[in-house]
Amino acid sequence: MRWIWIDKFTEFNSGKSAIAIKNVTLAEEHLHDHFPGFPVMPETLMIEAMAQTAGILVGEAKSFKEKVILAKIKKAVFFDYVKPGDTIRLETQIESITPEAAGTAGKITCGEKLIAEIDLMFSHIDQNLAGKKFPEENFVFTGTFESLLRDVLISANSSSKAGLGQDG
Amino acid sequence: MAMNQEQIFNEVQEVLVDALGVDNDEVTANSTLTGDLGAESIDFLDIVFRLEKAFGIKIPREELFPAESLMNNPEFISKGKFTEKGLAELRTKIPHTDISKFQNNPDVNKLGDLFTVGAIVKYVETKLNAA
Repeated sequence: MRWIWIDKFTEFNSGKSAIAIKNVTLAEEHLHDHFPGFPVMPETLMIEAMAQTAGILVGEAKSFKEKVILAKIKKAVFFDYVKPGDTIRLETQIESITPEAAGTAGKITCGEKLIAEIDLMFSHIDQNLAGKKFPEENFVFTGTFESLLRDVLISANSSSKAGLGQDG
Repeated sequence: MAMNQEQIFNEVQEVLVDALGVDNDEVTANSTLTGDLGAESIDFLDIVFRLEKAFGIKIPREELFPAESLMNNPEFISKGKFTEKGLAELRTKIPHTDISKFQNNPDVNKLGDLFTVGAIVKYVETKLNAA
């Protein structure tokens, strides 16, 4: 995961749930085109933010040993716009996790407002049923996202940090 | 939990409608998951997760949709077809599934046709009765 689309985690319960936040700013160039005169965060990028939040939660559950890939968007329903200046809160929990995959349920809020409900499925691709092989190195979890966990690591268990790979 | 077959079918139908984005009337007892309903590999796991939640049961890996352990065993599969031994293994592994038609032409690529809505209903029924 080299492209970071969330700002930091504010809560992290290993193997269970996590909360991350993202600040939305007009400095994000795509907002100028989406849409001219009416900048709103694209819904696809809300899914990306949730995929990163939930993906890291799922990855940490197996000490970042597995390559965690977004495999399916089970549900994505949007209720309101996100505008520049907003801080969105991404809340997610693991609903099921097995050796080969995990399912998460999540919601995005902005203040008191419900913005979206996004449920995802992730695959641990080294455990895929077709027996396909992938490169040894964990190209999903590199050190680049370590800063996201800076606030929660101080109090959380040390295993979160120990599993992180080197910056690729 | 006392549920009759119709109630189980309705619940399974709802699971498949949600998991695969299909319409209610597409999900009949004879529909195959891959052929008729367009399920892909990750959908099978999604379906397992949803069934566990909907019925409050635990579905062990490979129990509902076994494939991996059979496919990689040369004793069970030869020249793209299931051997007698492989078919026998199928019968014990997935007793909830009717393989009488499949055994006439046990092509590995047709294995997906065995996974029907009716087979899931039967599996869940066995599971609930055992609980």
